[in-house]
Amino acid sequence: MDWLETARDTFRRDQVWNFMMPKEVHVDVSKDVILYVEDLNVSFDGFKAINNLNLYIRDGELRCLIGANGAGKTTLMDIITGKTKPDSGSVWFGQTHNLLEHDEASIAHMGIGRKFQKPTVFEAHTVYTNLELSLKTNKGVLPTLFARLSQTQKDRIAEVLDIIGLTEQQQMDAGSLSHGQKQWLEIGMLLASDSRLLLVDEPVAGMTAEETEKTAALLNSLAGKHTVVVVEHDMEFVRSIARTVTVLHQGSVLAEGSMDDIQRNKDVIEVYLGEEHAEQAGAA
Amino acid sequence: MFRHALTHKIFKTLMTLSLVFSVSLVQATSFEELSQELTIVKLSKAKAVVEQLEQTGHPLLLPLFEHMLAGDLYYRVSDGLLVSHSTVKGKLQIRALSTGELLDVTEADLEKIKVNNSLRIFLRSAIARIQLTSEDATERKAAVEALYKKMDSDTVATIASLRETETNASVRGAMDIVLAMDNAKNGSDVDARIASVTFLADSLEPAIRNLMIELADQVEEPRLAIEARVALNGIEGKIRFFNKVDTIFFGLSLGSVLLLASIGLAITFGVMGVINMAHGEMIMLGAYTTYVVQLLMPNYIDASIWVAIPAAFLVSGLMGVIIERGVIQFLHGRPLETLLATFGISLILQQLVRSVFSPLNRQVDTPSWMSGSIELNPVLFVTLNRFYIFIFALVVFALLVLILNKTSLGLHVRAVSQNRNMAKAMGIKTARVDAMTFGLGSGIAGIAGVALSQLTNVGPNLGQGYIIDSFMVVVFGGVGNLFGTLVAAFTLGIANKVLEPITGAVLASILVLIFIILFIQKRPKGLFPQKGRAAE
Amino acid sequence: MSAISSRFNTQLFKRSGEPGAVVAPFVGLLLVVTLFAGVGNLLIPETSMFYVSTYTITLLGKYLCYAMLALAVDIVWGYCGILSLGHAAFFALGGYGMGIYLMRQIGDRGVYGNPILPDFMVFLNWEKLPWYWLGFDNFGFAMLMAVCVPGLLAFVFGWLAFRSRVTGVYLSIMTQALTYALMLAFFRNEMGFGGNNGLTDFKDILGFNLQSDLTRVTLFSITALMLSLTLILSQAIMKSRFGKVIIAVRDTESRSRFLGYRTERYKVWLFVYSAVIAAIAGALYVPQIGIINPGEFTPINSIEVVIWVAIGGRGTLIGAVLGALLVNYAKTRLTAIFPDAWLFALGALFVIVTLFLPKGLFGFFGSVKNKMMGQPKPNLTEETA
Repeated sequence: MDWLETARDTFRRDQVWNFMMPKEVHVDVSKDVILYVEDLNVSFDGFKAINNLNLYIRDGELRCLIGANGAGKTTLMDIITGKTKPDSGSVWFGQTHNLLEHDEASIAHMGIGRKFQKPTVFEAHTVYTNLELSLKTNKGVLPTLFARLSQTQKDRIAEVLDIIGLTEQQQMDAGSLSHGQKQWLEIGMLLASDSRLLLVDEPVAGMTAEETEKTAALLNSLAGKHTVVVVEHDMEFVRSIARTVTVLHQGSVLAEGSMDDIQRNKDVIEVYLGEEHAEQAGAA
Repeated sequence: MFRHALTHKIFKTLMTLSLVFSVSLVQATSFEELSQELTIVKLSKAKAVVEQLEQTGHPLLLPLFEHMLAGDLYYRVSDGLLVSHSTVKGKLQIRALSTGELLDVTEADLEKIKVNNSLRIFLRSAIARIQLTSEDATERKAAVEALYKKMDSDTVATIASLRETETNASVRGAMDIVLAMDNAKNGSDVDARIASVTFLADSLEPAIRNLMIELADQVEEPRLAIEARVALNGIEGKIRFFNKVDTIFFGLSLGSVLLLASIGLAITFGVMGVINMAHGEMIMLGAYTTYVVQLLMPNYIDASIWVAIPAAFLVSGLMGVIIERGVIQFLHGRPLETLLATFGISLILQQLVRSVFSPLNRQVDTPSWMSGSIELNPVLFVTLNRFYIFIFALVVFALLVLILNKTSLGLHVRAVSQNRNMAKAMGIKTARVDAMTFGLGSGIAGIAGVALSQLTNVGPNLGQGYIIDSFMVVVFGGVGNLFGTLVAAFTLGIANKVLEPITGAVLASILVLIFIILFIQKRPKGLFPQKGRAAE
Repeated sequence: MSAISSRFNTQLFKRSGEPGAVVAPFVGLLLVVTLFAGVGNLLIPETSMFYVSTYTITLLGKYLCYAMLALAVDIVWGYCGILSLGHAAFFALGGYGMGIYLMRQIGDRGVYGNPILPDFMVFLNWEKLPWYWLGFDNFGFAMLMAVCVPGLLAFVFGWLAFRSRVTGVYLSIMTQALTYALMLAFFRNEMGFGGNNGLTDFKDILGFNLQSDLTRVTLFSITALMLSLTLILSQAIMKSRFGKVIIAVRDTESRSRFLGYRTERYKVWLFVYSAVIAAIAGALYVPQIGIINPGEFTPINSIEVVIWVAIGGRGTLIGAVLGALLVNYAKTRLTAIFPDAWLFALGALFVIVTLFLPKGLFGFFGSVKNKMMGQPKPNLTEETA
């Protein structure tokens, strides 16, 4: 009864079939850079949202993007994740993946995860299901139809729940969570997806000081294993996590460097505080 | 004009003179006696009597012959009084021929004056001869043109002599054509015949085309045949061109109907973002308003349109405001629910109209100034009602653009549609603006109903046929873009009419629907999309 | 593992929006009723008070077909937010598939007695069957076509629409245009489907006389079985991770995409599944009603289905089924008493349900029950399509 054994083995409940495992995507980071954005231009109805933007993100780094409203931060994220197509320029993920040739789903599949500015979770689903849907699995139609949670996946969900502190609330509808909890859940979904590059748009908006601190610690701990790009307005928060900061202004990079460099940068001061301050800074 | 009238008097006198000579041969002489004889003469002999009648040149000849030709000339059995017998608005009217007085007699008292084919042929040419000498130039011209189809040598001879004294240029032109046709067909000199053919090559009259075919096919005169062939090709090329123009005109006409039907929707759906499935019923209400207005002023049909337009605007607009205040405002931001609720309203309105006016179609009269057509040339007619509706659609469109761009209501509407909360913060009464905008869109749909009532029958399902088309136009043009709606309406109208002769009407509309479905796949935001940072 | 079991429990009792809470008892009840109706018609004498007339059997069969159609609409609208105003098209296409088979079974018993051509083709002076009628004398092939053609149409339409991300109201109007175009097409005699009159005068199915009580009861029972099967299958699908993705797509499609789900594929397959259910319902409807004509394609039919679902409660499989049964029963009764009043009532239903019962009767009773039991109100999530 050899075939019976094989059949039993094939249909064992505690394993994931091979064809249902996600295909690994190899990201070539031999040059130590994971994201290349070069000569990017986008305009909407004559308004240049992104203007000749160049940006390089190193593998494993934690980068903060700052800039006033309309500086092009969210549009940049839209382009990287495939939601918006640029007018010209190139965006490469590692050495080999041209992101402009892919749609949202396959970009996500390559390992780029995104947290929205406004927390976006599946409100009709429980916290647990939200995480289940975010897991790194084969996301084709048929595999999903027959998918079951393996023990490893259950453990992973439990682990993430623990990290984001929502173990108690795991059976609650995501829609009934508080604003801060939704932010956390969305970060948790990023964690569960095990993405290589995390794009995090305003993670601490609406959080208490304590929660903000916790978030900073979490993002710091992620750097290294993941590459994290954070967009944030809260300068205290940026200071607490950032190693390198990029300032965007009117769709292009105004300055790049450590937080201290940035604060002394003449251009930045001019743009943010007006010319007088820049002159004073120059005089001092 | 005076000299012209004089020549006619001379001609008539001549005719009377010739009559004097012939009188001696027959007994009866006067118009009265001869026409009485019609009631007793045998059918086989009637022609002689009619021929003599023509000689009298009596002013009543024309009505007499025309009634005879139409087969509605009767006489009263009791006294032989000649009467005409006609049906006006479904009612039988019997009038004395001599006085035109309405008689109170029944059909049983009457006997018909019978006409046979040879008599009919004679009557037709006699009528033409009488009309040729009419004092009214248009009547003369019509009489000449009537001859294109059927010429006989006698009338041609008459025309040849009349041509000399004819003063009206356009009548003369028509006469020249008749003479040239006769010469081309029956002339003896080949060169003269060819000259006539060349002369006729500019005309688009179907009779001339038939003549050219005939001449091109004959073998006796090969040179003439070649010339006729050349002329024929030229004529057919022109006809094809004008047929295309005709198709485009029909397309523009359909486009103007689509524009009228969808322009209100372009406001409620395009600008406000509200899906109103009862939009078609707003059109229907406008059409029924026209019907009611005509019922109320049956003697002033010509003026009724001018009353119906504002009335329809008010009726549909008011209904729009009621719908907006009663239902739609509670469903703000839930487009699918709005769709369902307004669909329910459309069912209620349809059934309401069915209960009040019966499910049967109602006939709306066309004012006299809108009926008829302008003949641009023998193959190109412009029907007046379609022409006026085309102009009307453009006027309504222009007014709407003005309202939206130049008035404070328009400013508020645009403000609310772009950023409701900000508009509210600026002190705009958004609820009032919503109601007014919806009323405006619905009112315009009502006006569209007035126009449609002139083209189709008015029934409870009138609006349903337009709702899908209207949505297609708005979506095709680009939501929120009035000019897009204009372009889309005319594009779809023309496309439909161009396809129609090739595929048939039903298949044409199916093809257009499929085209739009595919088009939306490619450009979900329509022809003229509104761009902006994709807000999520 | 108590977390898992508690999760299971809450899922069963917490929300009416979750599929399957009452599918099993409903299926049981449905099968019992079917059994009683069948026995009542076939075995009990007409004089008995337990006798069920053949008219009632046919009426019940019709209601169940409508219930399946409502289920199909609920699957796409309630769970995925795709408001289809064109599902009657799939229903009618399925019906035409069955209708063609039944026409071929008439043989030479038609008015003109032509052994090959149906009466309307003889009337139109056609010389032979159009190619797309070939093979339909085989029941298996006919049923395959009755299901595959609507399925394929749904696939092509869905593929085009979802790939270019047409959503919300635009999609609804496109579905309506689809059924409208098909209606125009089927009204044409040249299409070869009987034009205005459609297909009718059927004699028998698989050799069984369509007029006999036994055939009627059998058809009714098959309909009940198919409804039960589709309910159970749909419940399983909606409980699977696929179903969860579908709900996720309904609520935030872009989020699902950024998680790596190709949402358009999910939507297409759900749409095809739904269309196939509608087609099966149509195929079962035609032999029981005895006619199929282009009137089935009218947009209003599709929209009526939506109101059944809305009244029952969308996003609850059972709600859609109950809504269809309830509204159609009301329609039968009301049109018999006041023929004119039905459209007023239907129109008013649309308005009342959307204004006052956004979750339908099922959701309404659910929240009343929850209130009485002192539980927190379930989270109302409105779709934001």
